[in-house]
Amino acid sequence: MAETLRVYLKLIAAQGRAQASYRTSFWLDLAGSTVVVGADLLTVLVIFSRVPTLAGFAIKETLILFGLALTSFSLADLIVGNIEKIRIYVRMGSLDTVMIRPLSVLAQLLCADVGFRRAGRIVYAAAVLVVATGYAGIDWTPERVAMVVIAPIAGAAFFCGFFVATSTVAFWWIESGEIANSLTYGGRDFTSYPITVYSGWFRKIFAFGLGFAFVAYYPGLLLLGKQDPLGGPSWLGWLSPLVSAAVLGLAAFIWRFGVRHYRSTGS
Amino acid sequence: MGLLDATGDRHTIRNFTEPLALIGAIAASGFRRFATYRQATVASLATNIMFGFLRTYVLLAVASGGIVAGYSGSQLVTYVWIGQGLLGVVMLWGWSDLADRIRSGDIVTDLLRPIHPVLNYLAADLGRAGYAMIFRFVPPMLVGALFFDLYLPVDAITYPLFLLSTLLAVVVCFACRYLVQASAYWLLDHRGVTMAWLFFSGMLGGLYFPIRFLPDWAAALIWFATPGPSFLQAPMDVLIERDGLPVRFGMIAVQVIWAVVLIWLCRVVQRRAERKLVIQGG
Repeated sequence: MAETLRVYLKLIAAQGRAQASYRTSFWLDLAGSTVVVGADLLTVLVIFSRVPTLAGFAIKETLILFGLALTSFSLADLIVGNIEKIRIYVRMGSLDTVMIRPLSVLAQLLCADVGFRRAGRIVYAAAVLVVATGYAGIDWTPERVAMVVIAPIAGAAFFCGFFVATSTVAFWWIESGEIANSLTYGGRDFTSYPITVYSGWFRKIFAFGLGFAFVAYYPGLLLLGKQDPLGGPSWLGWLSPLVSAAVLGLAAFIWRFGVRHYRSTGS
Repeated sequence: MGLLDATGDRHTIRNFTEPLALIGAIAASGFRRFATYRQATVASLATNIMFGFLRTYVLLAVASGGIVAGYSGSQLVTYVWIGQGLLGVVMLWGWSDLADRIRSGDIVTDLLRPIHPVLNYLAADLGRAGYAMIFRFVPPMLVGALFFDLYLPVDAITYPLFLLSTLLAVVVCFACRYLVQASAYWLLDHRGVTMAWLFFSGMLGGLYFPIRFLPDWAAALIWFATPGPSFLQAPMDVLIERDGLPVRFGMIAVQVIWAVVLIWLCRVVQRRAERKLVIQGG
């Protein structure tokens, strides 16, 4: 076990050295990937410069949801973001080399390109969340302190599961990568705003069908002590770790199914 | 010193139909090339449509109280769906041909062709844009029309103006992408520059929110000091008739100026690059 762990650590360290060797690009990447997500925050700020409330939520309330969604997503992206590249592995046939090694396929893929350059996003996301909680003037009770710690972790687990599950489609359809992205990145955007913004079948599918309402919306309501405009009970926020666990379980199942049915490109 | 200047004397134009036929042939090949990427087109469409829904709902919530920054609710919805459609036409993201060829050294074959590299890539890009106009622009518009109330232009002249503005947008966007990718002549790994492009193009182009949502001074600064609005915001504002006819013509004039300046800049950069270029490999 310790031996296996050491191998993974070596793989990750080698990745870090490799990325750092292109110095200018590494720093530009680090700055760039942080700035890119800044576009979303700027969008929220610009929108609220035009309207006082958005679907019943003021800016300080929306920023809490935004911060929770961003922190969750950034954590997940750092850990499993590389899984997006599975379509390249499948197309090039290089997944074969990964499969004949005596290590877990998924863990190897994740170690193959740890997103050190995406680390800036986590710092930035955490900063947004901290500033947002300060700005919202949250009345801190023990349960809210617990929630503000649990929600990003549960949210990250949720996105990890989502990344893995949607990327697995590449085993059958190589060009599916972008569709997988549209669901994960779309999901991030979806959770960044209160779900009261959306309506009809669209909200039902994403908020409840896929479970995105449990990443930021319900935990956020609990933090804010705000009544759900849609009439849901306040304890729904505590369900978020359970929903994440379910998503992780489902993702693991889909991944195993995918790996078992993998046919090499043969070229 | 005997420096090899690949773009030196290349323009021995015997008559005008010859280069035009050449550009036409390259454009047609660009069209055909993208017509073969069917799965990729479907995947990109799915993304555009997904984000179309997300942005529509957000902007509808913004406009729930009435007119915002001169846009009505239905104009904003149309704005979102045109944006999602044009994204593929101007090809804001996802083009790395030039940088890849510079990295691999394949660029040398482009330099040997009897056509200027900028013109060569521009022609191919126009062909690609023609393909995208049918298969990337129309489907999101249809989906938008199916699920939401879109704004229909009132003036008949709006349609040809929109096509002209879109054409200019493709040229301006192409020139920007060319400049971004040409940085690969100097940087071996240009991902950082690409990241900066990702941020600024979407933001200044008006993809995330209309530029006019910003305070007037900021909007004016972005419009005149950056090419951003010229490759996305302009055709969108033209089609949804946010302003009177003179302002719409003004937008197109700004686009023309940016197109000329940027294409000229591409040629300058290309020339500089060729002076220092060392082809790697044997």
